[in-house]
Amino acid sequence: MSPTAPANLTTPGGLLLVLAVLLPFVGVLLGLLFGGRHAQRVAWLTILVGIGIVFAMVQALLKSGASLVYLLGGWTPPLGVALRADGLSVCMMLVVAIVVGVVGVYANGDFGTPDGQREARGPLAFWLLLLAVWGSLNLIFVSGDIFTLYVALELLTFAGVPLVALDGRAETLQAALRYLLYALLGSMFYLLGCFLLYGAYGTLDMALLAARIGPHPIAWIAAALMTAGLLAKTALFPLHLWLPPAHAGAPAAASALLSALVIKGAWFLVVRLWVDVFPGIVSLPAAQLLAALGASAIIVGNVVALRQARLKLLIAYSTVAQIGYLFLMFPLVAALNAARLDSASAVTGGLLQAISHATAKAAMFMAAGLIYSTLGHDRVADLRGAGRALPMTMTAFALAGASLIGLPPSGGFLAKWLLLSAAIATAQWWWVLVMLVGGLLTSAYVFMVVVRAMAPAAPGWSPKKQVPGYQQAAVLGLALCSFLLGLAALLPVDIAQIGRTVVPLVGSP
Amino acid sequence: MSAPTLFGLCAAVLVGFGLYGLMVHPQPLRKVLSFNLIGNGVFLVCAVIARRGASAGFGGDPVPQALLITAIVVAFAASALAVALMLRQFDETGSSSLSPEVAPAPAKSPAKGEA
Repeated sequence: MSPTAPANLTTPGGLLLVLAVLLPFVGVLLGLLFGGRHAQRVAWLTILVGIGIVFAMVQALLKSGASLVYLLGGWTPPLGVALRADGLSVCMMLVVAIVVGVVGVYANGDFGTPDGQREARGPLAFWLLLLAVWGSLNLIFVSGDIFTLYVALELLTFAGVPLVALDGRAETLQAALRYLLYALLGSMFYLLGCFLLYGAYGTLDMALLAARIGPHPIAWIAAALMTAGLLAKTALFPLHLWLPPAHAGAPAAASALLSALVIKGAWFLVVRLWVDVFPGIVSLPAAQLLAALGASAIIVGNVVALRQARLKLLIAYSTVAQIGYLFLMFPLVAALNAARLDSASAVTGGLLQAISHATAKAAMFMAAGLIYSTLGHDRVADLRGAGRALPMTMTAFALAGASLIGLPPSGGFLAKWLLLSAAIATAQWWWVLVMLVGGLLTSAYVFMVVVRAMAPAAPGWSPKKQVPGYQQAAVLGLALCSFLLGLAALLPVDIAQIGRTVVPLVGSP
Repeated sequence: MSAPTLFGLCAAVLVGFGLYGLMVHPQPLRKVLSFNLIGNGVFLVCAVIARRGASAGFGGDPVPQALLITAIVVAFAASALAVALMLRQFDETGSSSLSPEVAPAPAKSPAKGEA
């Protein structure tokens, strides 16, 4: 999304953006039409084709070295609506496709309908919502227009809320309702911000908006409203109260989707707005405030996670803390921009943090689901025997935990390294302190769980249920992705920065 | 006072009522109604923007009106989803409160609903 590039032409490979958004929704409709056990087959076909589309997009991006653009109906903005995918979008789409695929493999065990078993509503809803979440996320990543983004955010909410209440218990219904109310208030704030921006600048297109926006009070109000709304949807402290019951109450596969992917949608939008649309009007104190909320989330989330008695709630509070890390990038980017330095490393650091958290947290929630099936409970104090019964799963949990802590060569390590370097380069040592303390607290609860799970089982104990090997392998595979993500530093090109300007043109007409 | 200013003030009042209702009422139905009040205020802002953006020969800027229709549909769908969740919760527990400390007594036999 560079303001200087000729952004108003459909590029080769632009059609892939449309396909990536349309395909999951076509899958939803077909699954609804065929219903029952066919929904799972439709979902699998869609997932396989969708992953192919994303790989084709990566290839097209690497080949052209510039953003992929598609103009809907051939109309150029501001009249028409453009879809754009730069390196950031394509990286996120790749990760989402991989996580959706692995969650799909895992869900074959929990939500499969083998021949001879009665068809139920739960599995049908799960497979359709899985595709709906994927389609809405893809729309968020490629949309170049703030109102289309509003619609995409709402689609994501409508797909995420029923996932919370998939088992229909009263507590989860209540958690889903609370989540929905937070999300709706957030989207109204976002919408009001959109309308104000349109009223002031007469366009909804991000690239045009970035060129026209200036330091006017109305732009500040719109930016504050949109950011506040998105923070409620991302569950940044202190708007995180809905998250733990919602993410911990959902079935494991749904928790993995919600915690790994759904919250990243609103976060990605904050990054888009602050880095690409508002760089000219965002002041350093505002960015510091955002990161201060993130720092509070890291400390509060980690401390509360340490005190949880149930494994799924522990992981949910760990998500609250990890969301905090995602917001530490903003003052670093703002300070680097203000010093006229290259802010690309801070942006890439934030992106890597999102990717490593997405893969690690999905693996952790699915591991918790397997532990629950095997032990029949998920009380942290009584996990003994889990390591003996589920060696692959506990390895996966430990690897994912290592990525959250930031041990090399994990993705979390590389992300924190980039953020730490940016913090030191801009003389903001306090964020370094927060990151180190957060890592220490994270390691405390990861080790607590792993050490207890490694204790030998009580004599005469036997697993409640044998979990299939492919579920364990899927979880381990995803955890390995997260753990080995740090090797991305060895890649010859920084894919995330393709199609982005090196230094945003602050204040230029 | 010009019409856009008057309607803009009305919008601000609606959003204010809605926010107040959302904060003070514990019942989810009232919260959903408050959300709709906020929504109407925001939509009115959009309509005012359309009127202010009117160029020669037009009664209003058509783009905000298109946005408005979409946003109303989305808000309607959101309210429907919230009401559906509330009804289901009422079926399960006999209450639709959001506060966990009010222990809901199971009104009906809990062995229903397989989803």
